[in-house]
Amino acid sequence: MEEKEKAYRLHLMVCAGTGCVSNHAFEIKGALEKEIKKQSLENEVLVVTTGCNGFCERGPLLVVQPGNIFYQQLTEKDIPHLVEEHFLKGRPVQKLMYTPPKEKTPIPVLSDIDFFKGQVLIALRNRGLIDPEKIEEYIARDGYTAMAKALNEMTPEGIIEEIKKSGLRGRGGAGFPTGVKWEYVRNAPSTNGGVKYLVCNGDEGDPGAFMDRSILEADPHSVIEGMVIGAKAIGASEGFVYVRNEYPLALSRLNLALKQAREYGLLGKDILGSGFNFDIKVHRGAGAFVCGEETALLHSLEGRLGEPRPRPPYPAEKGLRDQPTCINNVETWANVPVIISRGANWYSSIGTKTSKGTKVFSLVGKINNTGLVEVPMGISLKEIIYNIGGGIPEGKEFKAVQTGGPSGGCIPKEKIDLPIDFESLTEAGSMMGSGGMVVMDEDTCMVDVARYFLSFTQDESCGKCTPCREGTKAMLSILTRITEGKGTEGDLVLLRDLAESIKDSALCGLGNTAPNPVLTTMQYFMEEYETHIKDKKCPARVCRQLNTYIVDENTCVKDGRGCDLCKRNCATDAILGEKGKAHRVVQEKCIKCGVCYDVCNFNAVKIE
Amino acid sequence: MPKLTVEDLKKIREKTRRTTMLREGGEHRAKITVHMGTCGIASGARDIMNALIKEIEARDITDVILTNSGCAGLCSREPMATVEMAGKAPVKYVDLTAEKIKEVLEKHVLGGKIVESYALGIGSEKTDLS
Repeated sequence: MEEKEKAYRLHLMVCAGTGCVSNHAFEIKGALEKEIKKQSLENEVLVVTTGCNGFCERGPLLVVQPGNIFYQQLTEKDIPHLVEEHFLKGRPVQKLMYTPPKEKTPIPVLSDIDFFKGQVLIALRNRGLIDPEKIEEYIARDGYTAMAKALNEMTPEGIIEEIKKSGLRGRGGAGFPTGVKWEYVRNAPSTNGGVKYLVCNGDEGDPGAFMDRSILEADPHSVIEGMVIGAKAIGASEGFVYVRNEYPLALSRLNLALKQAREYGLLGKDILGSGFNFDIKVHRGAGAFVCGEETALLHSLEGRLGEPRPRPPYPAEKGLRDQPTCINNVETWANVPVIISRGANWYSSIGTKTSKGTKVFSLVGKINNTGLVEVPMGISLKEIIYNIGGGIPEGKEFKAVQTGGPSGGCIPKEKIDLPIDFESLTEAGSMMGSGGMVVMDEDTCMVDVARYFLSFTQDESCGKCTPCREGTKAMLSILTRITEGKGTEGDLVLLRDLAESIKDSALCGLGNTAPNPVLTTMQYFMEEYETHIKDKKCPARVCRQLNTYIVDENTCVKDGRGCDLCKRNCATDAILGEKGKAHRVVQEKCIKCGVCYDVCNFNAVKIE
Repeated sequence: MPKLTVEDLKKIREKTRRTTMLREGGEHRAKITVHMGTCGIASGARDIMNALIKEIEARDITDVILTNSGCAGLCSREPMATVEMAGKAPVKYVDLTAEKIKEVLEKHVLGGKIVESYALGIGSEKTDLS
């Protein structure tokens, strides 16, 4: 620690989040190091790997510091030119910079790009700025100072008061006030000599949500620090992080961070000389969606079957090994250190009256800028989708956004000005959930979307309670029937009845919320259900069984010269015609697989 | 590894201040641009850059940004470097050597006094990105 820090003139921050890694970020890093050596720049230029930068759509990414120059969609063959031009000769390479759709001039500096401009980073405060595998870099950015303050200068009650005052609410879904939960756990009697537990829920299972993974990958120490502060507040000496095994990179970075923290005495006995003891174990989940539900998670942690149980008693009273247990999710823990160091007043100045601070959303689906964004609560959907997200690709029209994953609901375009906070989303029939946002365009069939999400929850239903096990199955079969053109008008009444009763009677959150996608799509897109049932048509042409495929003979001959491709690909010999001449679909033989439509290069196959 | 104290956390932060400044674009005392066009490199700009890096490291200077740019247009006077003290007009130095740039670093960047004998002029056009 005594030696002087090595001086470099440039730091190349290579994004090594899961998205960029699967786009060969490590190969890019290797190529950079090789070229830098070739140009003898290794004493001047440092290559650093960081966690997820957020702009996953454009990966692999590289940010050059100082200057905040943003390079995107790099390939290995770009690297020699980039190293020679920019890093050796000082001429930034324009063609590797980001150019917004519909514009011609690239934007060199990261903070000038719309995607980054509207974001406020609290949970993701260190993203792209530190190497998550080096504890010194976390400490350099004021890491572990909040913990030092909490352990040495604050009482447990004082910490709880600060968190309560900040207005922080759980980021895992339901939005329960974090400070209130901590107070319950602190005051709950332990039957085992005062033992209480603390758990970090990293079993992120919503399709399209990846913020917890990203935080664990980009800044694992922020979660550890938050947990130590929470442990002091509730009086726990043992904590667990439950991470799904499908997150290998998050697991390895978390384990490394825990090891480093232990070596530095930031975990273990007598942390920072305060006399406080606390350590964290990692538990790998096997990927059952229901284990994100807190009681199921606790069962899984105990080595039992991951099934939920009725609440109350809540885990705050009777949790792990029947002792009071505080469960918060990854993003919630990552917020805690900032609140302690910057104060509740500062934190609560961000956001709305009832939803304070920021929220991380994963923006996926039919959107130009897929990625991870952190925005202040209360921002409108429109701002996220159009300003940060860059709108809908190919000039298509926005139709709806699914928030909160399979437990949430679809919010239609009429509600695009809706402010994003816990209450507004619930009022609109959806929920904040973990913060997944799946954007849908005009080509999306809402009945099919409802069917998709229900098939997910049905598949993940643990089977313990009847409403969820049988009810979701019955709902799914009705929805499937409707998408196949076999729906009747009575189906809609039945569907709603089932949805309402599952909502009321299922054992846990998975079942309680499973009908949400169906209920919201019925609320906002009833006419689509009716068209499917009455007219046997799918307006978005997604439900293939409702489509009638025909060949426009004119186009077929004129543009395609009767290329015969559709006929050759048809599995049931339902297409007649010969090369050079017009083709025709024999409807009686057609099984509506849609292959002819997919293969035709001349748009001669039409759907009616 | 020794257990850390609150004091050690501070020390780590001190020690990594240069990195933090560089990555976060924090306040810096000066920016030195070495001109690294083909002409600059041919006449020894790399030596200038290396000398600067070594010196900054040895003196543990944490608030100077070191950067490079292309040819400044006066190829006959290379190697060249531009020193920009925060809030002041840039100064161009010409015909540099490793020894001369060390002197510039000491007298101008750290001492605040322009080394007139090596300077071409004050207030040149901007040649870098920012």
